[in-house]
Amino acid sequence: MVKLIARTPLDGLTPVTIGTVTVTEVTLDPMTMIAPFKNQLAKVDALLKAGDGVGFPAPNRMESSDGVRILWAGQGRALLIGADAPAGLRGLAALTDQADASACAQISGAGAVDALARLVPVDLRLSHFPVGQTARTFVNHMAASVTRTAPDAFEVMVMRSMGQTLIHELTEAMTNIAARNA
Amino acid sequence: MRITCPLCGTRDRREFTWQGDALAIHRPARDAGPEAWDNYIHLRENPAGKTRDLWYHDPCGTWAVAERDTVTHAVHSTTLVTEVPR
Ligand SMILES: [Zn+2]
Repeated sequence: MVKLIARTPLDGLTPVTIGTVTVTEVTLDPMTMIAPFKNQLAKVDALLKAGDGVGFPAPNRMESSDGVRILWAGQGRALLIGADAPAGLRGLAALTDQADASACAQISGAGAVDALARLVPVDLRLSHFPVGQTARTFVNHMAASVTRTAPDAFEVMVMRSMGQTLIHELTEAMTNIAARNA
Repeated sequence: MRITCPLCGTRDRREFTWQGDALAIHRPARDAGPEAWDNYIHLRENPAGKTRDLWYHDPCGTWAVAERDTVTHAVHSTTLVTEVPR
């Protein structure tokens, strides 16, 4: 039988360091989209808290506990990362395996926020966009999920097919910022 | 122009897609008769001033009704479609 070698979405494209800013790949496995059915949000929230230690997140928020994260992903949807969805959720929410669907890059270091601010039409200053804040927005023309994981680090998630474009956009912005600071 | 997504907050207009008159969410009953259905499908106001229309926030998938002014481009309010009385 043919042996296939699994490749991560950003395989061969990262890491990239330009100036003080670095881009690395973040692998998201397992990752499940959870969309509670009508009137089931409270039950879904309680089961998630009991099973994985994180509740269903409020809009624009990420919750994390012990390596498990849950990310708001649009109206009525959240992405559970790093743990399987509790079995009891079946019948209360639509569950979709998304582990291979996205490409995710971490951009970090002094000036990461300046590079990202060139691409994302959201106020990313720490006072307005604190750690744990997430936004469904654009990276240039591409729909993306942008989350602050530390004062100088963000995770940017796009559709897997857009991974190469994401790295291209980020490196271009990083190059511009580095040239400006030189 | 900036529009407030009821969930994400105020965002640039480029994040939204215009989806037509908010009348679209007030569908007549099946047996409302040809005149009501004709109005619903074909007839739209074209106001210079206050208007209500549907906007889709592309990156988050939220539908909202915006009350805005076509003359001044002011956006007065936005409401989740799911919270509009129907
Ligand atoms: Zn939104």
